[in-house]
Amino acid sequence: MLVSILRQGDYLLASINAALDDSEMRRFQEALVERIGDERCRGVIIDVAALDVLDSYAAATLGSLADMARLRGAETVVVGVSPEIAFTMVQLGMSIPHVHTALDLEQGLQVLGRLTSPLPPPRP
Amino acid sequence: MTSTRESGEGPLLGPQADQDDRGWSDDKQLLPELVAHLREHRSQLQKEWSGRITQAHLLTSMTPQEIHSETTSVYDNYVEVLETGSVEALRHYARDLSERIIPRGVETHEVVGIVLLLRDVLARSLFQKYADDFTLLDHVLDAYEPAANRIANTVAVSFVDERERVIRQQQDAIRELSTPVLQVRERLLILPIIGVLDTERARQLTEQLLAGIRTHRAKVVVIDTTGVPDVDESVANHLVQTVDASRLMGASVIITGLSSKIAQTLVTIGVDLGKMNTIGDLQGGIEEAERQLGFQVIRRDDAASAPSG
Repeated sequence: MLVSILRQGDYLLASINAALDDSEMRRFQEALVERIGDERCRGVIIDVAALDVLDSYAAATLGSLADMARLRGAETVVVGVSPEIAFTMVQLGMSIPHVHTALDLEQGLQVLGRLTSPLPPPRP
Repeated sequence: MTSTRESGEGPLLGPQADQDDRGWSDDKQLLPELVAHLREHRSQLQKEWSGRITQAHLLTSMTPQEIHSETTSVYDNYVEVLETGSVEALRHYARDLSERIIPRGVETHEVVGIVLLLRDVLARSLFQKYADDFTLLDHVLDAYEPAANRIANTVAVSFVDERERVIRQQQDAIRELSTPVLQVRERLLILPIIGVLDTERARQLTEQLLAGIRTHRAKVVVIDTTGVPDVDESVANHLVQTVDASRLMGASVIITGLSSKIAQTLVTIGVDLGKMNTIGDLQGGIEEAERQLGFQVIRRDDAASAPSG
């Protein structure tokens, strides 16, 4: 199982457990966006802690996934980015500007809690 | 000369070939003769050399006595290398010498200069000695020049090696001192940067900061650049990348104490300042970070009179 998508309350938790190739990444994106609408989710957490590398296609897919999720009514938080991946992404210019990020699952849930509360969300 | 010698057996004219043969076998005897000559006239040549050093305004940071003792040692080492052909002792001496004189501010050109002067002084004395016999002089120079060049080379390399060793040592020292990542509150790190930021140090800073975010589970980082006078474009870009990378790890960055020069650099290279959270000084930065984290620091006005608890 490369990706597991679990439901937790109003949120979906997706953990990527191994490096995905481009087509797997695309299938993951489709499946996730589908489920957001079906299950009326308000937030998505994508956990990439198990990854050693994140290629540019995967980064771009995460970015577009977040945009699509927002269109379907859910905010996205990426958690578990390692220092190496973080700096490689920045150096290669693979920014994901509309995606919220948090250190780990726990803090990601906090961020989602703030983002989906009735109060206006703070700036990212 | 070398080419003539190699083709010595070739169809050369008789006398010339003879002369070359003599020269070839003489080279080995010439060197001891040369060394004996240099030993014999040691004090005179050394005096001349010292005179030339003063004339050329070299080693101005050393006293005449020091120059005298060092030139004596260099002279003896020089002659010894000519005699034995081994530069090992000279290399050792040159390293010791460099160790002594580098802290005094002696420059590379001075060290190379004095060795070349000695080479020159000795060569001139050889010219005088063998002025009558040009062929012999030619052979003497054949023996002398390579050795002299090798000596100059050895001394220069030893000096530069010693300098580089000192520089490396200092770099290591700086690296050890640089960039502490400190936790001041739960989930709040500060990173004071002091001194010039070069590319290498900036890279190291990023590494330590990102690792620090992970180990301290930080949500807010205050980078204080009060101690940084200026940065170049690549380092400025690197700082911006560090801010982005920290955000990817879920920590927001507040930059404080940007000097006017750094501010100008950032604006000139067209950094997107919208995503940079900057605050004037470290105090303001920490206050803003506490606000973001929900801390509130309250001063107890009646601290002295209030009962403890």
